[in-house]
Amino acid sequence: MAVTEQQRIAYIASQAADARVNVELQTEEMTLNLGPQHPATHGTLRIVARLDGEQVVKADVVCGYMHRGYEKLTEVRTYPQITTLINRIDWLSSFANEVPFILAAEDLMEVEAPPRAQWIRTLFFELSRIANVTLFIGEMGVQLGALTPVFFAFRDREYVLNLIESATGGRFHPNFDRIGGIKDDLPKGWIAETKDAMRRIRGYCDQLEDLLMGNEIFEARTRGVGVIPAEVGLSYGLSGANIRASGVDWDLRRDAPSPLAWKELDWKVWTHPDGDSFARYWVRLQETREATKMVDQLLEGLPSGPIQAKVPRIIKVPAGEAWAHTENPLGEMGYYIVSQGGLGPMRCKIRSASFHNISIVPWLLKGVYVPDIITILASLYFILGDIDR
Amino acid sequence: MPELPGLAKGLGVTFKTMINTWTKGAVTVQYPHEKEALAPRTRGVIALKEENCTVCMLCARECPDWCIYIEGHKEKRPPRREGGKPRTVNALDRFDIDYALCMYCGICVEVCPFDALFWTPEYEYSESSIADLLHDKDRLGEWMVTVPDPPALEAGAVKKK
Amino acid sequence: MLALQLPYWEITLIKTVIVLSIIPAGAVILGYVFLLKMMAHMQSRMGPMEPGGFHGWFQLIGDGIKFIQKEDIIPSEADRRVFALAPLVVLISTFLLYVVVPAGPRLVVENLDVGIFYALAVSSLGVIGVLMAGWASANKYSLLGSLRAAGQLIAYELPLVLAVVGVVIQADTMSLQGIVHAQANGSIFGVSLVGNPFILTQIVGFGIFLAAAQAELTQTPFDMPVAESELVAGYMTEYSGFRFLFFFMAEFGTAFALSAIAATLYLGGWYQPFFKTGVMADVLGPVILGIKVMFIAFLIFWIRFTFPRFREDQLQTFAWKFLIPLSLVNIMATAVFKVVL
Repeated sequence: MAVTEQQRIAYIASQAADARVNVELQTEEMTLNLGPQHPATHGTLRIVARLDGEQVVKADVVCGYMHRGYEKLTEVRTYPQITTLINRIDWLSSFANEVPFILAAEDLMEVEAPPRAQWIRTLFFELSRIANVTLFIGEMGVQLGALTPVFFAFRDREYVLNLIESATGGRFHPNFDRIGGIKDDLPKGWIAETKDAMRRIRGYCDQLEDLLMGNEIFEARTRGVGVIPAEVGLSYGLSGANIRASGVDWDLRRDAPSPLAWKELDWKVWTHPDGDSFARYWVRLQETREATKMVDQLLEGLPSGPIQAKVPRIIKVPAGEAWAHTENPLGEMGYYIVSQGGLGPMRCKIRSASFHNISIVPWLLKGVYVPDIITILASLYFILGDIDR
Repeated sequence: MPELPGLAKGLGVTFKTMINTWTKGAVTVQYPHEKEALAPRTRGVIALKEENCTVCMLCARECPDWCIYIEGHKEKRPPRREGGKPRTVNALDRFDIDYALCMYCGICVEVCPFDALFWTPEYEYSESSIADLLHDKDRLGEWMVTVPDPPALEAGAVKKK
Repeated sequence: MLALQLPYWEITLIKTVIVLSIIPAGAVILGYVFLLKMMAHMQSRMGPMEPGGFHGWFQLIGDGIKFIQKEDIIPSEADRRVFALAPLVVLISTFLLYVVVPAGPRLVVENLDVGIFYALAVSSLGVIGVLMAGWASANKYSLLGSLRAAGQLIAYELPLVLAVVGVVIQADTMSLQGIVHAQANGSIFGVSLVGNPFILTQIVGFGIFLAAAQAELTQTPFDMPVAESELVAGYMTEYSGFRFLFFFMAEFGTAFALSAIAATLYLGGWYQPFFKTGVMADVLGPVILGIKVMFIAFLIFWIRFTFPRFREDQLQTFAWKFLIPLSLVNIMATAVFKVVL
């Protein structure tokens, strides 16, 4: 019996459908969009990768989904208002964002904070480093599939956040630094609580070392993945633990002049020669332990005295330009303030660490397998607020 | 004793944590039934002491978000002493803080020269409509009862004159 | 069955209803105790506490009801019939697994002579369901995910089977009731108090079986196909509502079934040394089997919550270059000892 027109059309349509699928399955390059909403990126980062099978041929980073216009905001705000706002650039270690800005402003005003204020600033700086990096140590596990470490991270980070809250009033955004010193003195009983919390953080580091870092599966996933040679890292402007994990012995706390109290403490800069994801994890774990020891030393040697130098009520910073940078938990953060003598800066350039840290991602992701993209992004550790400001 | 492989040590950690949760309790707080005690300095909500406010507008000016709305008018009050002139005083008509905009930075509390604003650790004031987050003068006055007492002076502290 | 002589179709109906109710019940119990509560306790938190009042026992059931009443979304490009059938195929393979698991001396749906062989064969049907799901979703990421999943499932079938061969050699039979009896009637160096659970002699096989079962269930560390924080969201991306519920039930139902099979093969199944026959054995059998299943499931989920996941190629290397040679060595050793001793 003859084939009806309907049957013929149906047959052609099915062949066409098969052909479409065949074309899709051909191993030509596929574009993978690791979109702005994704559980693996720490925020709204977008990576557009071209894949050949399982390997990345070309990767582009599209950031800016979280741009909040900080540098423009600073043009129309006064110095205390800016201090509040810049807490939110790298929200996990907020106090550390305030410090370079205040140091640059103090530089222009030629005001020096008293020693007690500098020591307490260093104390909170290191506490915010601990708060930031303990989260990284846990959440790198989640990126690799281990669900438990991140809960331990949040659990033990609570102690540090409670400390910051009892001293400043805010867990995440302390808004504690002022030009000339700090806002309040430490409350009663704080020093003993901090020593206790540091002990817990050290216990947490040991626990995570057993749970995650010593794990053979973790090592298999991270060793040799995302190797950054030292020269390439330096040429891309990497900073912080990323570059120290490639063997570069550079830490602004030790190598750059700063009025904060780091020079008075006995501590060590940790480096690792490998430059792979495991090395970055290892360096950050050791840095957290080192930070707890630094906090203990700071508590022991805290000088007494005033916490704020004499500053006028209405702060007008004299005209000039100043640059201040510090070793923030994510890397090197700096502020370049151009002042024309007003209540606020004329222009403030914010050099944030993560923006430069992820500039290496297109180079780093070439030839990498798809699951390793996540490992590499997790090990570079960026915060979107820091990238986009 | 030979090194346990990392896999076994990891299993040990989770097992020990589980036993800890059974014996010592979880670290989490069952929120509606139990509540955590917050530090007295915690920035929960801002309370207004109306009699101290002189409508100087410093807080509204310094707020980074401009979330404080103040209106006042000048009034004549009876003189402080007998036979004096009537004083002109600023009276507060409207003092609203929009907590939908507030960044909880504390600049307003800090700059107030007359100690009219206080921090309190209260945090349970969420509303189902954003407009209800605008707290007016009376509501801000109600928060005053939750303001914690100032901490006791430590031994050897010099009292302010 | 028991003391009644009912016509064949009535008994079959009763058995079908029992098994059909065990699958969601087992899934809910396993999911609640291990996924919700044990995971929470290992993370220093409590897990669900509100739904239903006492420690949130209603959570999963409420989730199930929520899933059922959701909108049924099928992508427009998808192959509708295959899309709808895929979760059912996986569920059917789970259902068929329960046919041979004995819960007591007389409580088994069908005591096949090739019991364990049938069980392993039927568990492979799930792979087809996964492939169908990925294909029918008309989504290249689902397709890639399902191909990866199929590759992993097929690779780990072999260690599963080879580990079981050791038990079969030692028990002289493939029927699961026979294996339980072999363990029950055996003795450890002459002491026959608890019989001879094969876990003692087949400890290597037990480890291989657990690892292979972990991979068959796509649990961490072998959960790359369904990785939650990965790029490719897996073959289940396009599934929502009650279809997703079927996949979830199939996963936990299979976990329950594989734990039951592992308990039967290595821990002695329903056997307890106090009541060897009679009605009490039939009553205690399911209880004892349940306890052993909980123990094995505890091991499976303990490993799931602690370890990060393998990359796909490391996973395959682990199966082909480590587990399979190890299981072959295990078979050789078992065979040698069986002849010698």
